Amino acid sequence: MSAPRPALETATLVRAGEESAVDVLEHHLAAIEAGEESIHAFNLVTADQARHQARAVDASVAAGRDPGPLAGVPVALKDNLCTRGVPTTCSSRILEGWLPPYDATVVTRLAAAGALMIGKTNMDEFAMGSSTESSAFGATRNPHDTSRVPGGSSGGSAAAVAAGFAPLALGSDTGGSIRQPAALCGVVGMKPTYGTVSRYGLVAFASSLDQIGPFATSVADAALLFDVIGGHDPLDSTSLNRPTPRVLSVLDDGVDGMTVGVLTEFLDGAAPDVVARVRQAAEALAAAGARVEEVSVPEVTLGLSAYYLIAPGEASSNLARYDGVRYGVRVDAEDTVAMNTATRSQGFGAEVKRRIMLGTYVLSAGYMDAYYNQALRVRTRIIDGFALAYARCDVLLGPTAPTTAFALGAKVDDPLTMYLSDVCTIPSNLAGHPAISVPFGSGDDGLPIGVQLLGPALSEGTLLQVAAVVEATAPALAPPGISSGEAA
Amino acid sequence: MSAEWAMVIGLEVHCELKTTTKLFCGCPNMFGDEPNTNVCPNCLGLPGSLPVLNQRAVELAMAIGTALHCEIRPSTFHRKNYFYPDQAKDYQISQYDEPINVDGHLDLPDGFRVGIERAHMEEDTGKTTHSGASGRIHGSDYSLVDYNRSGVPLVEIVSCPDMRTADQARAYVTELRAILVASGASDGKMEEGSMRVDANVSVRRSADDPFGTRCEIKNLNSVRSLGRAIEYEADRQIALIEAGERVVQQTRHWDEGAGITQALRSKEDAYDYRYFLEPDLVPLVPDAEWIRAVADTLGMMPAERRARIVDLLDEAGGATDSALLQVATVVDLGLDDLVVEAVAGGVGSALALARTANEAATDAEAARALDSKSYVELLTLEASGSLSATQAKAVLAELFVQGGGDPAAIAREKGFEAMSEDSLAAMVAEAVVAHPDEWSRYCDGDDKLAGFFTGLVMKATKGQANGKAVASELRRRRG
Repeated sequence: MSAPRPALETATLVRAGEESAVDVLEHHLAAIEAGEESIHAFNLVTADQARHQARAVDASVAAGRDPGPLAGVPVALKDNLCTRGVPTTCSSRILEGWLPPYDATVVTRLAAAGALMIGKTNMDEFAMGSSTESSAFGATRNPHDTSRVPGGSSGGSAAAVAAGFAPLALGSDTGGSIRQPAALCGVVGMKPTYGTVSRYGLVAFASSLDQIGPFATSVADAALLFDVIGGHDPLDSTSLNRPTPRVLSVLDDGVDGMTVGVLTEFLDGAAPDVVARVRQAAEALAAAGARVEEVSVPEVTLGLSAYYLIAPGEASSNLARYDGVRYGVRVDAEDTVAMNTATRSQGFGAEVKRRIMLGTYVLSAGYMDAYYNQALRVRTRIIDGFALAYARCDVLLGPTAPTTAFALGAKVDDPLTMYLSDVCTIPSNLAGHPAISVPFGSGDDGLPIGVQLLGPALSEGTLLQVAAVVEATAPALAPPGISSGEAA
Repeated sequence: MSAEWAMVIGLEVHCELKTTTKLFCGCPNMFGDEPNTNVCPNCLGLPGSLPVLNQRAVELAMAIGTALHCEIRPSTFHRKNYFYPDQAKDYQISQYDEPINVDGHLDLPDGFRVGIERAHMEEDTGKTTHSGASGRIHGSDYSLVDYNRSGVPLVEIVSCPDMRTADQARAYVTELRAILVASGASDGKMEEGSMRVDANVSVRRSADDPFGTRCEIKNLNSVRSLGRAIEYEADRQIALIEAGERVVQQTRHWDEGAGITQALRSKEDAYDYRYFLEPDLVPLVPDAEWIRAVADTLGMMPAERRARIVDLLDEAGGATDSALLQVATVVDLGLDDLVVEAVAGGVGSALALARTANEAATDAEAARALDSKSYVELLTLEASGSLSATQAKAVLAELFVQGGGDPAAIAREKGFEAMSEDSLAAMVAEAVVAHPDEWSRYCDGDDKLAGFFTGLVMKATKGQANGKAVASELRRRRG
């Protein structure tokens, strides 16, 4: 498999009329046809809709109009982004048969930029998981080794980009759900600052933590996609009403004079091969002119516990609406309460039920202060801890995930071990800060490793600027062969 | 209620705000439309939808706070979580521990002051209709849900437990309703559910005892029901205590037909609403300028407007009980400006009030739309004797039909002009000549015959003559 062509280049060719959007699309549909069976990145491939969009893009170019910065670029959408008239399942049985009557803001913005919506990607049910194994429709496999998980919860989006099914994809990141699968699949994934990308039309998991962000094969492509989807949206009250950071113009500015802090807490508990790659990335940044020092933010170690109180608390409320009354699955029973119970018992999977029960408990009278409110206090402490670090450093560096991709089924019966996959990504969600995972070589098992760059609110420009240097100095990673490690 | 017992009453009033659109989306806020037509992803609670706060609703909430002398402060929204089919998201967005309005008061017409604990914003639920005999969810064959009301903006006004009689409770709701209407926040229609009242009632042996255990009564659809329910509930609680039992803290349902309250759920079964801060909304922090701008748009409140009319009557010494009822009527209907302007135009306050409360009130909407100048002219014609009361009413009816006009011109068109002094004298002369015997008896002092001649003139003019003017012409002619 050849190195993927950047979306930026594709869009330039399509806008210039040198390549047709239809051809670009067919190339990717052929890749899906060839590889999807072994990967299962998609819940639905929307070939017809994408072809319709591609023809419209080509017609625009022929008529002398500019179809936009993503002209003719196929984009895969995580299946928790509402698409008008196209099934949006959150990989849950409970939304079976539901067709959203509206598009998410990001979907509208992609279409306006000339992108082609190629399909809806698999995910952990309601984005609850770190391996895409909690999907009601079966697991997605890692294109680098189909016996391994792609990470999660946006595993389908990460795998689709890694497998060359689409140059770009959108995911959502509540506790690491973009960055961790990006790392495990060897692609770039960014969680933007909370409020920079509209959540309107993103099916909520934990509203105060959820944020939509890009997957791409390069830092520049991730910047391009973020540039298209970001910006104020009056339909989302938590959307920031200020200009989004300029990201495309700063990509080549380098790291000379910047201070990069290696976050020591993130190195504790990470596998030795992962730690080695982080150290290597730090050295590369130092060689490129950055001042590199070790930084400690002790509060981040509290992140995982706080997250597993706040996120389930909000989720227990967000998921209450799946009651069988208005849409999705209804399991009939003798009265309304029995119908609600039967619907939810059969419609939700085990992980979702676990988190709803946990969340209901932590919000209950008598427990709220000890759990939920305590977690909110921890959240404030994490923000304060980061603020001290950012007083000295422009960005922080650490691993994205503690290990490379693990085997399918390895952690499904051990939720707490599974939850640890997100220990390095959760603090950014709690703080509302941006963070990006950039591929940086492979581990002892030959599987991709991602290093993570973290910054304060609205530092996307700086993060992408540093990420471009990391990318340029990264050791080569074998392209995915879409084969099983066990068979090899 | 036996004399030694004392009642304690607190009221919670839900008021639908008179906005064009709902609290968190752009759907029309409209009562009585085809079910499930005023809905969108947001008020249906569809996955991925998000609330956006309606600025107009905030302004009306602040108007209520201002009218109730509350402190208007920074506030937040919470989620109140419970499952019910008419609740689209299975949680209600409501203000909780940081409401927009706190610590106000409302003065009843007799001067009794009721404290206002808070007046907070929340969204309404949909409306469920249960088929089957009970009309309740249990035992129904099926239920129909209409989400048109889902997301309609509400303000819940919580009084302090300051009221001591059912009469005070009735007066409170009546006055609050008038304030809500006057502030433009609500249409105050209890029968359409745009104003809903829950009553908290407890009893104690004497006013010096601590409060007893309270019960909350729901389903009070009129001021009359409110009074009946409070009295029934107090009697029930007294009977329980006198029988040696205890009042259990409960939510109770008022059965209008049976005239009783029935237990809905007790404190032990109370929902755990798991309130937490609504993460889809940001804190609401109105600045001083905005608060002032809302206060500036607020007109006079009913108490002030009633006092203004009573002052006019006092000058004429006419503030009788029946006049006070008329004052309440004209203020309630928003016709008090007509009275004020008529008096300013030289019309006597008793006549101005009576015509406004009795005649103008029959079509208050038309009366409010009327150019007050025409109204004042009309009353001036009547006061001067140029028009009889009957004629004046007929001209007013015509003014309503035409949406205004010149009362004198309308009177002429109707032939009322014939009743000028000259033509009246001619009519009287005609009657006298036709009945010489009766006339000589009248001249001899039989005053009863004045009625006979007046009757003749009235008959001849089809009732259009001014009776007083006829009598005075008869007296002038007798000399």
